[in-house]
Amino acid sequence: MCNPNISSTFAVSMAQSAKIYWEMFASFLKIGAFTLGGGYAMIPLVKDEVVDKKKWIEEEEFLNMLALAQSAPGVMAVNTAIFIGYKMRGWKGVVCTTLGSILPSFVIILLIATVFIRFKDYPLVEAAFKGIRPAVVALIAAPLLKMAKSAGMMETERQKSKDRYHILLSWVLLLVPITAALLIWLLDVSPILIICITIVAALSVVLLRDLRERRAGR
Amino acid sequence: MIYLQLFLSFFKIGLFGFGGGYAILSLIQSEIYSYGWMSAQEFTDMVAISQMTPGPIGINAATYVGYTSRGSVLGAVVATFAIILPSLIIMLTLCRIYFRLKDNRYVAAVLQGLRYIVIGLIAAAALSLMTKENFIDAWSYALFAAVFVCTAAFRMNPIFLILLCGVAGMVIYS
Repeated sequence: MCNPNISSTFAVSMAQSAKIYWEMFASFLKIGAFTLGGGYAMIPLVKDEVVDKKKWIEEEEFLNMLALAQSAPGVMAVNTAIFIGYKMRGWKGVVCTTLGSILPSFVIILLIATVFIRFKDYPLVEAAFKGIRPAVVALIAAPLLKMAKSAGMMETERQKSKDRYHILLSWVLLLVPITAALLIWLLDVSPILIICITIVAALSVVLLRDLRERRAGR
Repeated sequence: MIYLQLFLSFFKIGLFGFGGGYAILSLIQSEIYSYGWMSAQEFTDMVAISQMTPGPIGINAATYVGYTSRGSVLGAVVATFAIILPSLIIMLTLCRIYFRLKDNRYVAAVLQGLRYIVIGLIAAAALSLMTKENFIDAWSYALFAAVFVCTAAFRMNPIFLILLCGVAGMVIYS
């Protein structure tokens, strides 16, 4: 015998679980469609949607998630979508949130690419892009000053010291990214190689320090 | 064959793309130049389009390069899937072990090192775009300087600046 009550609650719970997948997809679709400039620009949008409106995760967990999404390689917005999707509904959740976050960019860029290829030889479009190109290079270069400054300050703060030696050291350390930039630019060294060397170097510094401490301890 | 190359290239970009945003540009450049998928000029146009449209720059670039290198939607799908695949693998692993790893000194050291090196990667991306095709005359340098100051000192909106320079370009060059 089929109890109508059970079958109707079953239908309701089915509808609810379908609804949450749709909601996760729609939330990240919205975030993807309205984040101009990508990366850090999307943080307030994600917080508003996921923490304040939907209450899918707590504020503290949101901060942990940001740290995680920033440390992992890849596109930060996608990393965020993966975390929340997985936390909510495992693999199926990941599919919903990830698809939602990339779909707007994918569709818009496809449309533009098809149109732009056809129009880019029009004199007016060509003239506009002649003006835009140097602007793009400036947009990429401009944040470097602030990044270099905060990297220098980070190091001094970490060592809790304000004497000249450490401030000098933190600026000397900036020679490392400068050298990396020149190697990539002038000698065509692969950025992937530079990243691998950085990882190995950072690990060996800590490893050596550990070994020395252990020996001193004995 | 080109689909396999696209997949491998964008998989590598996703796997080693630390630091987000502009940091990923240097990796994309090194991959697309090595296969001759785009010139520096086309790459700059693509970055401009990415800036003006919503969504992460890495996804925009993957879709654009995937489409234009092959002229097919399948190329766009392959490249976009390839760039997010490492994220899927790594994020799902990290979600499980992160809270044990968070205070690990080795992890902290690697992240600190990468934070430095990302500055170099972005600088390399900017330097390699300073080509003759992108900087055609004195006007180019004037626009570059103006946008640099507006961004670094006054934090002006990048989309607004791109549109403004587009209008300036139409006035100057046509």
